[in-house]
Amino acid sequence: MSATDERLAHYVSTEPFAPYAAEKLTPEQERFYRASQWQIMWWKFKRHRIAVIAAAVLLVFYGSILVSEILAPYNLHTRNATHIYAPPQEVRFMHEGRFVGPFVYGYRMQLDMETLRREYTPDPKRIYPMRFFCRGDEYRFWGMFDGSFHLACPAEGGTLYLLGTDRLGRDLLSRIVYGTRISLTIGLLGIAVSFLIGIILGGISGYYGGWIDNVIQRFIEMVRAFPELPLWMALSAALPVTWSPLLVYFGITIILGLLDWPGLARAVRSKLLALREEDFATAAVLMGASPQRVIGRHLLPSFTSHLIASATLSVPGMILGETALSFLGLGLRPPVTSWGVLLNEAQNINSVALYPWIMASVAPVFVVVLAFNFMGDGLRDAADPYR
Amino acid sequence: MLNYTFRRLLLMIPTLLVISFVVFVIIQLPPGDFLSNQIAELKSQGDTGSLEKIEFLRRQYGLDKPFMERYATWVGIWPGERGFSGLLQGDWGWSFEHDLPVKDLVGQRMLLSFILNFSVILFTWAVAFPIGVYVATHQYSWSDHSLTLLGYVGLATPNFLLALVLLYFANIEFGLSIGGIMDPEFLSQPWSWAKIGSVLTHLWIPVIVIGTSGTAAMIRRLRANLLDELQKQYVVTARAKGMPPFRLLVKYPLRMSLNPFVSDIGNLLPSVISGSAIVAVVLSLQTSGPMLLDAIRSQDTYLAGSFLMFLSMLAVIGTLVSDLLLAALDPRIRLTGGAAK
Repeated sequence: MSATDERLAHYVSTEPFAPYAAEKLTPEQERFYRASQWQIMWWKFKRHRIAVIAAAVLLVFYGSILVSEILAPYNLHTRNATHIYAPPQEVRFMHEGRFVGPFVYGYRMQLDMETLRREYTPDPKRIYPMRFFCRGDEYRFWGMFDGSFHLACPAEGGTLYLLGTDRLGRDLLSRIVYGTRISLTIGLLGIAVSFLIGIILGGISGYYGGWIDNVIQRFIEMVRAFPELPLWMALSAALPVTWSPLLVYFGITIILGLLDWPGLARAVRSKLLALREEDFATAAVLMGASPQRVIGRHLLPSFTSHLIASATLSVPGMILGETALSFLGLGLRPPVTSWGVLLNEAQNINSVALYPWIMASVAPVFVVVLAFNFMGDGLRDAADPYR
Repeated sequence: MLNYTFRRLLLMIPTLLVISFVVFVIIQLPPGDFLSNQIAELKSQGDTGSLEKIEFLRRQYGLDKPFMERYATWVGIWPGERGFSGLLQGDWGWSFEHDLPVKDLVGQRMLLSFILNFSVILFTWAVAFPIGVYVATHQYSWSDHSLTLLGYVGLATPNFLLALVLLYFANIEFGLSIGGIMDPEFLSQPWSWAKIGSVLTHLWIPVIVIGTSGTAAMIRRLRANLLDELQKQYVVTARAKGMPPFRLLVKYPLRMSLNPFVSDIGNLLPSVISGSAIVAVVLSLQTSGPMLLDAIRSQDTYLAGSFLMFLSMLAVIGTLVSDLLLAALDPRIRLTGGAAK
């Protein structure tokens, strides 16, 4: 073979010339770079599995607020004098090997003559099948429309106490469902108050700097030094006794918000201090924008996500705070029912020893606080999507 | 350092002044006062003898004077009926309900409050520090996950409920007397070894109960800080050069992550004091919490005021200690006058 045969044939690609082919984005990258900030945050949040579950749980809880009256099997104030401190009834499906559908056994009640305690035992002779999508206790839906439709009701003439009853023979489950409305909204309203104060003071402090900043910072340090609960106690004791329950409710939210803002104000300030040096802020100032406009229109939006995350993380503190205050009898008062008001009845050692189901109201507190913490963690991780 | 300490102490004066003012405003907020309630009651009974005493007290404490004057007298920067006699002079006022000087009433309770809060802080550190370091060095291990979960649980359980349940089990399992910070027979006795022992055996329940949430938060923070440090270049370098892992950990990253740990006392203390107030009510401890609650309810102005003042002062002093410790640890802070924090 000769050397000329070994040489490669002259080759020119017929493809069109594309010098940037190597830098071309894949569809995925393209999607990522074109997505808005909030979209990327959502993708990042979705990857945080526990946070998504927590968000779903919270959605369920907050959704239940809308239809508390329907979800609760009884009315908030329905008493049953013959079933005081009745233990929870277990939902069963089989009776003597036969399938009956969901039902509960009635109670057989005995008064222990020595301790004067009512003792309840399930009575297999009395079978109360649960009814679904049924008419039961009357209620006023959101205090406006009369209704009697429930998701589940006790059998005619029977009982359905899935979590037992309290000292007046009221269904605990229904009371917890109603309490959700108060306990969950109080956290949100409190946060709204604390947000307002925090953003205004933090904004002023961070935007102006100098001596204004110094004064506000010292003030924040002072507020932070106050032990919250004793101060809450004192403030809520100052609410006039003559106030209606609704006014007391708003009073408590304001009190809760009044001490919570320093953390938020600090976060706003440190972000603003960094951001006001950016070119876009300077540009806005040079174009004659007022401080309100620069802060509200240009600076705040760039860290709204951080604010939402930190707000989520401080909601549980408020829910626990309300619970603690009501537990001490200084917060909300019956007939307003919140989880804290319910726990107020579990205050003595008797209820732990004899009627442990009274403490069931702590379960939703626990779940909601955990869910807020998990969701807040997820949001915080997602808040800065370009990192 | 001396300069910094001095400046920091100076800053405490306006802080305490503002706090005392806020406290005074709050305790004066409810309409009416204890004495006018009392007077109305006595008048309806036609009892003139004690009425005179109350009138005397009213004048003594200047309850008929304008608000600012009463405040100034309470603090001790304005002469009252008995000359300069206020917080600054060590006169805490008079408890109307108990009919005793506040000072006699609260002395022991404040001491016990202090002991309780101090032990909670010690407990928090003692538990959070080793666990935090362990968890950070064993990231994503089985123990990391379970301890993190436990931390979340501690964060989400309301203190007072944990107190009730623990109390119940302590009674059943160990036969501890229900409630109280010591056995009842020691209450009115002077301090002795037996009394201290009794306090110690009762102290652990409130300490655990109050400490859980703070401990959980601290573990999380220490873990995050230490993890940040462990990823830095200098750690990689040191490891590449063959430094033993334990010595490496202790020598640099741990010291760096100690900073926020110390500054956290400032945050921890107010929350511990808050927590101890409610737990003390549930466990009926002889600390300041329950008496404060009573005083607030019955509008016993000066008693409530001095308790609030005492608790806030505890928090302020805690912040001071943490700032000073931080300055000792970190030269940047004491040189720039705390602006870096």
